[in-house]
Amino acid sequence: MMQHTLEEFFRALRAADVRVSPAEAIDASRAVAITGYADRELFRDGLCSALAKSEDEVGRFDQVFETFFARDAVQLQPPPEEGHQELSDEDRAQVADSALAKAVLEGDANQVQQAMEQAATRAGVAEIRLTTQRSRMTRRLLEEMGLEEIERIIANARRMPDGKGEGLAERLEGARRNLFEQAQLYVARQHELYAAGSAQALREERLARKQLNADGGVDPVDYQLMQGLVRKMAKRLAAKYSRRRHVANKGHLDVRKTLRKSLAYGGVPFDIEFKTKKIDKPSIVAICDVSKSVAAAAQFLLTFLYSLNEVVDRMEAFAFSGRMISVNDILDDHGVEQAIFKVLQEIGFQQTDYGRSLQDFADQHLDSLDRRTTVIFLGDGRSNFADPRLDIMKQIHDRSRAVIWLNPEPESYWGQGDSVMNRYARFCHVAKQCGTIEQLERIIEDVLRSYVPH
Amino acid sequence: MSSVEALIEGLASVGYIASRRIATALYMAVKLEKPILVEGSAGVGKTELALSTAKLLGLPLIRMQCYEGLDESKALYEWKYGKQLLYTQILKDRMGEALADAADMDEAMVRLHGMGDLFYSEPFLEPRPLMRALKEDDGCVLLIDEIDKSDEAFEAFLLEVLSAYQVSVPELGVLKAKTPPLVFLTSNNVRDLGDALKRRCLHLHIPLPEAALEERIVASRVPGIEAKLTRELVAFVQSLRTMDLRKAPSISETVDWARALVLLHADSLGADVVRDTLNVILKFEQDIAAVEPQVVELLHKR
Repeated sequence: MMQHTLEEFFRALRAADVRVSPAEAIDASRAVAITGYADRELFRDGLCSALAKSEDEVGRFDQVFETFFARDAVQLQPPPEEGHQELSDEDRAQVADSALAKAVLEGDANQVQQAMEQAATRAGVAEIRLTTQRSRMTRRLLEEMGLEEIERIIANARRMPDGKGEGLAERLEGARRNLFEQAQLYVARQHELYAAGSAQALREERLARKQLNADGGVDPVDYQLMQGLVRKMAKRLAAKYSRRRHVANKGHLDVRKTLRKSLAYGGVPFDIEFKTKKIDKPSIVAICDVSKSVAAAAQFLLTFLYSLNEVVDRMEAFAFSGRMISVNDILDDHGVEQAIFKVLQEIGFQQTDYGRSLQDFADQHLDSLDRRTTVIFLGDGRSNFADPRLDIMKQIHDRSRAVIWLNPEPESYWGQGDSVMNRYARFCHVAKQCGTIEQLERIIEDVLRSYVPH
Repeated sequence: MSSVEALIEGLASVGYIASRRIATALYMAVKLEKPILVEGSAGVGKTELALSTAKLLGLPLIRMQCYEGLDESKALYEWKYGKQLLYTQILKDRMGEALADAADMDEAMVRLHGMGDLFYSEPFLEPRPLMRALKEDDGCVLLIDEIDKSDEAFEAFLLEVLSAYQVSVPELGVLKAKTPPLVFLTSNNVRDLGDALKRRCLHLHIPLPEAALEERIVASRVPGIEAKLTRELVAFVQSLRTMDLRKAPSISETVDWARALVLLHADSLGADVVRDTLNVILKFEQDIAAVEPQVVELLHKR
């Protein structure tokens, strides 16, 4: 019995995005065998150490634990005190067909609870995903429990001559209301246990696909969520990116080192040293367009820039519209919203001038580009018919390890109107549309695979 | 080790004030004989937990600090090349005598095979921390510090040690622990650890402590500190943690600060003292600059 409860608990945990593998499930069972159930706190902490494997998961574990083990049995209305008359034989005959009606009339909470859980399985209450499904689920649950029968009995009783069935009808009516409330509660709890996490996931999924340069940019409601997603991504990028690696060049003997080491063994080369390649930490230069034409997407691009700056050690950040400035200090010194606001205030929403901005960049920072640098452009490549200065773009391309251009506009727009994106694209190793978080994620994976030295 | 309460008391007796959750996780690790992965920000007492446990259990502590590029030969074992070399030289001399009267090459080979081969054998093995831990007769506490700093390859290599308490040495076969050591792994979350590793460990996250717990920690770590000062400084640190700082002070900073204040004979927190010693709790220039103007306000807020 308890094993079954544990299994259910694991399922609720998984729904809350705490991964529980079979091995961990076994550990948890073993832990429970030691802690026992009597001491609730001990029971919880023991399970927690076996199941939750990160700070986030500990938080989610605590939440699920509280909800799951707080669930109490169905509360039935006690049979009314006065008029607590036994059911008449006639009444009994009326309710004989319906086990549920009998149970609620007799106040048999266990039976009702059991019926509700069985009905919940049939109705698939645990499949509930959205809050809006609650009322429909409640109805389905009640149908499965046999509410119709009760309603039929009530109707029959009302139709009896001389109001003989009135008492029964009244009591059943009360029981029905009570049952309805209980079912609602039950469904709400199930929703909380098995679906609250997935609602979040659903929202994240929708946000990930949303075009971020659409009018108005990101919904303020979703803004926090976006920051979370982008930060997660930037962190992953940085984890792979920022470590210095040694790659063994298998087969190439390092004669000098081997000889030096062999001195300790009388000249016998015991310790054989192979040549290794030391790969320096790469650095990133990120250049972000914050002009009018990308106004809606600028927020998103800057959030990405900000998160990247947080997690990558060696990063230079620039923003431009008419001119280009270094925004490293702004990003370092402020919180994300404040920083974005400041950048936009300083340089944002002017007429774009790519040529002028590239000139600014070349004047100040071209020298710092070398073969370890990856340059990331975030912008739409719309230059207001000014000289795009492809010569500088070519220089940047030649000097750096990789140039990556992420453009919020779809490729079919490139080169139309004042867009010079198709001309810039020639000098990029990768030029891709990046209008949604999902696309950004995919590009980052690509970039990691092909342009990070490994 | 009879119950969680006994464990809390035991840890307190060696100077480690543990919350119930910490003690329970440790208790589970001992009872289930599983390694325990301890996470938390720097300075919350992850390493200290292992040290105190070793002290409490009276077991030797073997510590292995992880870093990028740590490999088997530094973590597990190494052959004593010098001795092996000497051995072969002795062997060469003796070999001549032993094989001198052999009739032909074939007989010499047969005899050679018959001789014991010690070249790869335990006497020539130089055990490194992991193997030393497995070879302790009465068990020990093995602390694998900052596992997140090591490479992924090393993490994979640890799996065998952690799940079966054994290691494979290609030349010798499998060496199994006589008594499984109690293993602590600590991580600062520099990178995400692999799922395989996490699955094999119990997990403990040590959060920054609540005020009451922190006061007890300070009192236990800094003997002779006035209760009033403890209360004030803990309250101040707690309010710092609610601010948006680059590195919020953790327990070790609180303790250091308490020590510094005791040395300065401060018996209560004044704005001047706080300003002068702010660099003990805050480790970044920007943080100090952000807090300094607010010191008076923070002191009054309590």
